Amino acid sequence: MSGYWSDILVGSKSLLTGMMITAREFFRPVVTENYPYEVPVMTERFRGHIELIPNEESGKPNCIACMACQRACPSDCISLKGSKKEGDKKKSLDSYILDFTKCSLCGSCVESCNFNALRFSKEYNLASFNKDDFIIDLLKRLEDQN
Amino acid sequence: METSIWRPIIYLVGIMAFAGVNAAYLGWCERKGAGRIQRRPGPKEVGPAGLLQPLADGIKLMTKQLLVPQGVDGIIFRVAPVIAMIPAITSMVVIPFSGNIQARAMELSVLLLFALASLAMIAILLGGWASGNKYAIISSARAVSQNLAYEIPMLLTVIAIVMISGSMNLRDIAIDQQGGFWHWNIFRFENGHFLYMWVGFIIFFICSIAETNRAPFDMAEAESELVAGFMTEYSSMGFGLFMMGEYLNIVVGACLTATLFLGGWDCPFGQTPGVWWFLLKIYILIFTVIWVRWTFPRTQVYRLLNLSWKILIPFSLVNVLVTAAFIKVF
Repeated sequence: MSGYWSDILVGSKSLLTGMMITAREFFRPVVTENYPYEVPVMTERFRGHIELIPNEESGKPNCIACMACQRACPSDCISLKGSKKEGDKKKSLDSYILDFTKCSLCGSCVESCNFNALRFSKEYNLASFNKDDFIIDLLKRLEDQN
Repeated sequence: METSIWRPIIYLVGIMAFAGVNAAYLGWCERKGAGRIQRRPGPKEVGPAGLLQPLADGIKLMTKQLLVPQGVDGIIFRVAPVIAMIPAITSMVVIPFSGNIQARAMELSVLLLFALASLAMIAILLGGWASGNKYAIISSARAVSQNLAYEIPMLLTVIAIVMISGSMNLRDIAIDQQGGFWHWNIFRFENGHFLYMWVGFIIFFICSIAETNRAPFDMAEAESELVAGFMTEYSSMGFGLFMMGEYLNIVVGACLTATLFLGGWDCPFGQTPGVWWFLLKIYILIFTVIWVRWTFPRTQVYRLLNLSWKILIPFSLVNVLVTAAFIKVF
């Protein structure tokens, strides 16, 4: 008999506590994000594929084609070309191709960049049936965004 | 009592409509309630606030093939889902929705309701047996032992109510409680007697959850251990009928609880009694059942039987004895 009454009392109390918790949750707002209709804001340190940073004034990429990122990449994802245009002091980009199929998002390219020209994008809608969709022309992407 | 042909027809149409709407929309309420408790929105795509979801589910179930696997007992397999529905709908014959809305105010209607409640258990037993599936048969055996264990305290608490009201007619029991919430059986504080009736109410409510095989007593369904128990082999509307039967049993249980303990169609403040109060009470009870389901995890079989045999049955026996003593002595 020992513990019979205390079992009933303690049990009932814990059942009531549980009921109160679910009742409280019932009246709190839902936290679901309706994904296709609501686009989530990616967090500060989210790593999408890399993208070029445009110059604040001209909108052209900051990149001076120093090739540091291409050398830093352990998987040979990046192939870029640059040339010195007439009248410019520095070299500028001709093309910047990222092969995202091989990228592991290690970030060595972003780390190696000394000219504030490369960063991780917040891009996450990347599903595709076609492998070629993941070979991304970043220069064209930047122009499309402007 | 009149014997016009219209009475059964109106009853059939009205009860079928009530049963159909409830069976469909309680599924929606359950999913919405579960969603809100888990801070999800629940169904929302089909129609405004997901209100057409039950319709879409029904159409989907009806267009699916009713698969009868090899090695099942064909006739019983097909009949069992129907037997699950029939007692639930038939029970509504004697439920007094209000003073004027009732198909038949039978004497012994309480007895009829409990006889029909046992039939619902037979549907589970037959369904599990006919499936020829080990999960299904384990589930049926569990359902039977559970229903036997929980019918005893349920009937004992009802005996106490019947002794107080002096009638087994649900209508008389409800009329006996008219005139405000202090007359209801749950708080029957007349002359300082029957102060403990809320214990009977709690026992009855727990038993009605167990009788309808709802979580936390869903030993028969137990989807994580027995797949879906007796429903494992059912597809299409066979499954649909079992689900509708389950929801209708909840409705009948709530109606019975409201009539026996909460004064039926009586207004809590003594004015404007009517069917709206009855509906309000049963939907509050049904919401509580859903709330309980999404709060507590499933118990184990032996704990379930312990709860009944060690706690509920002794308490309800004492309840009957004390009630009898009060009636006799005072």
